[in-house]
Amino acid sequence: MSAVMAEQTWVEVGPIDSIPRLGARVLKRDGGDIAVFRNAEDEIFALLNRCPHKGGPLSEGIVYGRTVACPLHNLCMDLATGQAKAPDEGCATVFPVRIDGERVLVSLEQAAT
Amino acid sequence: MEKEKLVLVGNGMAGMRTIEELLKLEPDLYDITVFGAEPHPNYNRILLSPVLSGEKTIDEIMLNTRAWYDERGITLHTGDPVVDIDRKRRLVKSEQGLEVPYDRLILATGSYPFMIPVPGAELPGVMGYRDIADVDTMIATAREHERAVVIGGGLLGLEAAYGLQQQGMDVTVVHLLDSLMERQLDKPAAALLKASLESRGLRFLMEVQTAAILGSEGGAGRVERVRFKDGTEVPADLVVMAVGIRPNVELAKRAGLHCERGIVVDDTLLTYDPRIYAIGECVQHRGQCYGLVAPLFEQAKVCANHLAKLGYGRYEGSVTSTKLKVTGVDLFSAGNYLGGEDCEEILFQDPGAGVYKKLVIQDNKLTGAVLYGDTVDGAWFFQLMREGTDISGIREDLLFGQAHLGDAGHGGQTQAAAMSDDMQVCDCNGVCKGEIVRAITSKGLFTLDDVKAHTKASASCGSCTGLVEQILANTLGSDYSAPEAKPLCKCTDYTHDQVRAAIRDQHLTSIGQVFEALEWRQPDGCHVCRPALNYYLISTWPNETSDDGQSRFINERAHANIQKDGTYSVIPRIFGGETSPAQLRAIAAAAEKYDVRTVKITGGQRIDLLGLTKEQLPHIWKDLTDAGFVSGHAYGKALRTVKTCVGSEWCRFGVQNSTQMGIDLEELTWGSWTPHKFKMAVSGCPRNCAEATIKDFGVVAIESGWELHVGGNGGVKVRATDVLCRVETPEQVKEYCGAFMQVYREEARYLERTAPWVERVGIAYVRKRVVEDEVGRKALYKRFLESQKLAQVDPWKERAAGAEAHEFTPLKQANG
Repeated sequence: MSAVMAEQTWVEVGPIDSIPRLGARVLKRDGGDIAVFRNAEDEIFALLNRCPHKGGPLSEGIVYGRTVACPLHNLCMDLATGQAKAPDEGCATVFPVRIDGERVLVSLEQAAT
Repeated sequence: MEKEKLVLVGNGMAGMRTIEELLKLEPDLYDITVFGAEPHPNYNRILLSPVLSGEKTIDEIMLNTRAWYDERGITLHTGDPVVDIDRKRRLVKSEQGLEVPYDRLILATGSYPFMIPVPGAELPGVMGYRDIADVDTMIATAREHERAVVIGGGLLGLEAAYGLQQQGMDVTVVHLLDSLMERQLDKPAAALLKASLESRGLRFLMEVQTAAILGSEGGAGRVERVRFKDGTEVPADLVVMAVGIRPNVELAKRAGLHCERGIVVDDTLLTYDPRIYAIGECVQHRGQCYGLVAPLFEQAKVCANHLAKLGYGRYEGSVTSTKLKVTGVDLFSAGNYLGGEDCEEILFQDPGAGVYKKLVIQDNKLTGAVLYGDTVDGAWFFQLMREGTDISGIREDLLFGQAHLGDAGHGGQTQAAAMSDDMQVCDCNGVCKGEIVRAITSKGLFTLDDVKAHTKASASCGSCTGLVEQILANTLGSDYSAPEAKPLCKCTDYTHDQVRAAIRDQHLTSIGQVFEALEWRQPDGCHVCRPALNYYLISTWPNETSDDGQSRFINERAHANIQKDGTYSVIPRIFGGETSPAQLRAIAAAAEKYDVRTVKITGGQRIDLLGLTKEQLPHIWKDLTDAGFVSGHAYGKALRTVKTCVGSEWCRFGVQNSTQMGIDLEELTWGSWTPHKFKMAVSGCPRNCAEATIKDFGVVAIESGWELHVGGNGGVKVRATDVLCRVETPEQVKEYCGAFMQVYREEARYLERTAPWVERVGIAYVRKRVVEDEVGRKALYKRFLESQKLAQVDPWKERAAGAEAHEFTPLKQANG
């Protein structure tokens, strides 16, 4: 990805404290909302807010470690890779995240897989 | 930093199970080296008999391939037994001269077959039955010779005899006592077994003692006959001794470790050398040596716990069960099958049909079982034994099995063994029996949790759990060990009850404190344990803990019910189900204002507004709370609704004012969190139009007052209530209701409804706490009222006024 493109696609979503620890908030977007997660270590992750299983809103799931459990049927997704944890199968789209001081930025270009 | 070195001596089931358990806990802690005397990787020794009888192949019973060891970086030396341990220099020496140092050592040297020391025991053609090589020898012998004698009529001897017969040999079983399998069966069951095996062509010589084995060519060649103490002889081309096993302790003894019959270990599986653990058939624990696989697995878990440096696992001995792997013979035995003083026996005998069942009961608990001919309930009986369930309430039907309790699952299907492979077991996730069996055998699954994770069977509503456990038990035979008490989740080995006791006894008031005190494996737990811990904390210390929203399921965090499309439904509380035109107008106005897509009357006599977005929730709540409504908690593990009929105010049959009683109960109990959802109903006469007898707490009006019912539910497993007692006044109804809810809140496990809880503890116990102990009841009721002072804060009103705003608003709208 070129530097110019990167400039265009990063969106600031707010300070890190706007997202609850072990929780998530939603970045509204045409073409699918993005769930922005914060874990206990204050790491930030972003996934398309659709579980690959039955489309559940991942932003509403319980967060632990680097995992979120989908609120509809408890599929457990790795926040960093978007992969469902074995033996479950499926993969959610991952979006790159950057933390600049206290500001959280999410790229609207999905990460290369 | 260099990893510590772990060496395992013995590549069998017990040792490798320990390694697997250890890798689950700490995949990278050790550099692992495994020595095995046999030339194969790890295989399922229990399934040797099906290999001998030709029903399975060697490949089918392999557990871990060489690739499995490679992928995990484990060094495997097969066909090279360890011959010496140098404890001073901390290294082991193998037969081929390898020297490998260790920081921790596990001895899992297993056992060897006991060879009776009679003349001729060393002749060619005389053997024990222990490993793949023995099976190969037996199969090869069967091709060239005809007559086999098996000495020993125990489990292993009978399996060997059956296998040899399937391989075409003419087999005689010789037994010292007058009854087969005397360590597992009582005499009537043993007699049925003997008759059945005789009808298949096996011959038995009972109460004979072997005196000598005689060879050909004047005694030095291959075995030819077996001679007994009474002077009689039988011809034999092959003699298999299966009279018992002896723990293999030579290596340990040579190394100077304390051994008696086996290598002596403590409750952590540690030998007298603090760097050396021992596990499996070679050990002696509290005076016991075990020769079955289920205890070994329990030991493996504990040993792995200590190797992973968690340090809290304890092995305290095992209850064992046995299944004979002879096709067409159904036999199950567990625990104290003989009975004795202070024991009672329940018997069923139908010799014509070849069925015999005996249950041994002591102090209202099942302590032993022998089943012959019909063993489908074996797994269930074993579970009752291990959990120490009080069976007084189901005693009359116990012998006839789980199916007769009217509580054995969905669709009337209760006998897994009788199901064909294409029949559906899990109706929620559409999983057939064949898929489950395939997953168990091909992926090497041993537990219910494994099956849930791999197949999704019983992972939703759980009503097929019993069936799945039966399938596991039938597929694995005696490999299956029903978990005695399940750990709360994968983050811990503690059970629900242990965690709750720790919260109470150690006065823990936050999830973080629980994690620290009980050494949780994951720093912030998982989606299974956190909601449970949050519940235990708020129900144990209501005044001292703060509710952790991030540890609640979305429904309880957002105070609405998430639907499959991610929208929510909202149900305002209508106390006792009695409403008014003004309330209905307010609901109608809100429904129109927020474009509610569906308005539905619920099963609990309330009005459901469906299809709201999360952002709309605080707004519709404001309108509803302004009109006087509070949350119906239709989403929570909490008091749901109190369903009523119109009662004596209108109904010509009504004998009490059931509507008012329902309103009073709902006003008393709304807002209370419970282990699972909690439903009530009040009927105005014994015709019971409010269906109070399938509720968690049901009240039925009678001429002289009220009859109280507990422990019922509709749903996947319908259970009618048990009668608690009769009382006279509405005040008493409230007191008994509050006291019952409080015992349930304090003692049931999270996500356990009153129906299974009452079955587990027994209605007699509930009556003792709530009815007979007046002081106790009043104390319970007082604690209930105390916690209600804090609980009856309407979550909708708080959020409509701005609480938790982040929950209901997006971060922002992005373009693109």
